Amino acid sequence: MFLIKANFTMKNENKVQYIFGIADNALILGQRLSELCGHGPNLETDIAMTNMALDLLGQTRSYYQYAAQLTEGEKTEDDIAFLRTERQYKNVLLVEQPNRHFGYVITRQFFYDVFHLLFLRELENSTDSTLAAIAKKGIKEVSYHQRFSSDWMKRLGDGTKESHEKVQEAVDDLWRFTDELFHMTADDTLAVEHHIGIDVKTLKDRYYQIVSEILEEATLKVPETKWFQKGGKQGIHSEHMGYLLSDLQYMQRTYPNMKW
Amino acid sequence: MTIQLEQHIDPELIPILEEVHDPEIPVLSILDMGVVRTAKVLDNIVKVTITPTYSGCPAMDVIGDDIVHAFEKVNIKAEVSLVLAPAWTTDWITPRGRKALERYGIAAPLEAEADKEVLLGGKRIVKCPQCSSPNTKVISQFGSTACKALFQCDDCLEPFDYFKCLK
Ligand SMILES: [Zn+2]
Repeated sequence: MFLIKANFTMKNENKVQYIFGIADNALILGQRLSELCGHGPNLETDIAMTNMALDLLGQTRSYYQYAAQLTEGEKTEDDIAFLRTERQYKNVLLVEQPNRHFGYVITRQFFYDVFHLLFLRELENSTDSTLAAIAKKGIKEVSYHQRFSSDWMKRLGDGTKESHEKVQEAVDDLWRFTDELFHMTADDTLAVEHHIGIDVKTLKDRYYQIVSEILEEATLKVPETKWFQKGGKQGIHSEHMGYLLSDLQYMQRTYPNMKW
Repeated sequence: MTIQLEQHIDPELIPILEEVHDPEIPVLSILDMGVVRTAKVLDNIVKVTITPTYSGCPAMDVIGDDIVHAFEKVNIKAEVSLVLAPAWTTDWITPRGRKALERYGIAAPLEAEADKEVLLGGKRIVKCPQCSSPNTKVISQFGSTACKALFQCDDCLEPFDYFKCLK
């Protein structure tokens, strides 16, 4: 029997970039959700959103710890989280969008959760055992996130006239950021070639199918626009990102090397 | 961060590990919680690996420190590391652990299918840990910590935590 085996491995620096492309989404969405701590519309929802933030930040830590290992001591997980510049963050535009109102927060979450779960279900088969392990653990958590956000989409969409209008407006506004989830960067392509990463293009049809089904159940219209915005994956972010980062990085920039 | 398939705990280390409790559920030892994957003595150092219940569980750092301290008390050096795979599941909570949870006022996790149904509000089967009535409803899928959901009993009206099934 003849085994075909890739006789070259992915360079650590490319792998680190690939990991940023996954983990930065979790960090930035987690940061957005943490901003809501103490500001949720009621206690239970407040706790739910901060718990989701905690899950996401926990996943981020696992990814960053792994990336830090790959830099062979050059960087720590904290350097990666707090000391990069805006262009070095590779999250999609969707997750950095600000918390406008509750319906907006839920829609952003819902659009990301559906992708996130599909993505992790593929990543759990990665030949990179660490990424596969982080994914496996994340699936259990993100399943709850998706259940929570889908449930709220239906409650708001099929709720009062005002909640319906607000959530429809959020769907219409955030829709333009969904296509970027399926763009392949050069590092994504490399990672796929090495059987480490996921070809996100293959998740697209399933994604829009799930999203459309839930929107319809929520009596919401699926937007028809074909105009989409992108850039985050290349590090080109919206104007909101700088403000988010200044908040996120404040302590570490003000008191360099501080530790808990 | 490695992968560790088998659970292996040296029996002589059990009494010391039993002294360490989950800081968020103090009635539960980390052994009953099922987070200790291995504990063995290598070159006079106790090596312990633990697995997080949830990725962002803030208790893990504390548990790590508490293990080191528990061994320090008996003049043994211990090192603790985290393993991610296989991922922790609520199946690893021991029967004794489940009883301790219930006594503490936290409903123990159901099987996956039933768990899904109660969290979606479809079924009333989670027993109230105060009065044992199954007439309970979900208030929030997320409770006081990431691993729990918030319930209320419609008979005694007490709110309580339900430990969510994780598989
Ligand atoms: Zn009761």
